[in-house]
Amino acid sequence: MNTRNTEIIVGLFIALGLAALFMLAMKASNLNIYDDNTGYEITANFDDVSGLKIKSAVTMSGVRIGRVSDITFDSEMFEAVVKIRIENQYKTLPKDTSASIYTAGLLGEKYVGLEAGGDDENLQQGDKLKLTQSSLVLEKLISRFVDSFVDKDKDDK
Amino acid sequence: MLDFIQQLGRSGFDFFQRLGRASILFGHILAGVPSMILRFPLVIQQLYSVGVLSLLIVLVSGLFVGMVLGLQGYNTLVDFGAEESLGVMVSISLVTELGPVVAALLFAGRAGSALTAEIGLMKATEQLSAMEMMAIDPIRRVLTPRFFAGFISMPLLAAIFSAIGILGGHLVGVALLGVDEGAYWSQMQASVDFYDDIMNGVIKSIVFGVVVTWIAVFEGYDAIPTSEGVSRATTRTVVHSSLAILGLDFILTAIMF
Repeated sequence: MNTRNTEIIVGLFIALGLAALFMLAMKASNLNIYDDNTGYEITANFDDVSGLKIKSAVTMSGVRIGRVSDITFDSEMFEAVVKIRIENQYKTLPKDTSASIYTAGLLGEKYVGLEAGGDDENLQQGDKLKLTQSSLVLEKLISRFVDSFVDKDKDDK
Repeated sequence: MLDFIQQLGRSGFDFFQRLGRASILFGHILAGVPSMILRFPLVIQQLYSVGVLSLLIVLVSGLFVGMVLGLQGYNTLVDFGAEESLGVMVSISLVTELGPVVAALLFAGRAGSALTAEIGLMKATEQLSAMEMMAIDPIRRVLTPRFFAGFISMPLLAAIFSAIGILGGHLVGVALLGVDEGAYWSQMQASVDFYDDIMNGVIKSIVFGVVVTWIAVFEGYDAIPTSEGVSRATTRTVVHSSLAILGLDFILTAIMF
């Protein structure tokens, strides 16, 4: 085979390999979504964030509008501090938006659900959400349920 | 008894001697990289015989591995009503494990053995000695371009394997078994991370590419220059590189994930 043909075929091979990598990056992974560090960041304090992870979804009315970018622990308030990055196109969230941690399905992933309030002012970079509701921990629920039975037994006697 | 112990010690020394020789050769090959860039056509020639000729087997196996994953995964997931997660299962197992490992095993069988046989025969027919007589360094002229070609083609082949496998899983899962097309891609995009999953798969395949071509080139260069010696060296290449791939895969997975 002459050199020119070999070169063309090798060039096609390299292009095919790079195209495969590109397809993996764009079609199979979330590079285009995760990679943009645009958007603005707000924080919210929760009593309990068990199950929530960095990169968990942040939704409003069931639509994903951002992601959890950081979870830390405030050792003075004994609360979890969750940083939420919201995409730039959703700039008009009211200041008194509330945040709750929900579970997708019965045992699915945790995500943060936002609910809009009625304030005229909009959330800015660095703002803090005041109304929050913690994640539901199954063990706590069960122990509360069992406790209530124990209390009832005592009352009967 | 004493003979046995003597033999054990001897084979131990032999092993370390070979490892030492292989490492020295590795250094020589790397030292040839700068001068090789000036003679890049040699690499293109090798990219053709190492990469392009392995393409067909990688494409076909990738398609079938992806189709099997789609079928098997569907049958398992449908019991839990979770067949929407098929895309995640197929893509994670392909991108992080099966893509790099199976592509590297195929590469060792297809390209590694060919490299060893070629270099071993060059040695047996004294072509390498003839080059030395003409003051051409056979390591730079013959080994470095082959090594470099393997280093470049392996990650590309692994990426092609994963991509075609995901399409194969799509073919079986979506087109034949009726998983929702949107769920297949969107769940995949939600759980596959570019840096944590895809880049780690690429790093794995680069490591495998280096190791497989290193073993292949060394076995060929170190072969006993007889027809029997070359055939043994070819066998050793396939066996050793397969073992190295599987062992390294465990170590790399433990480090990266």
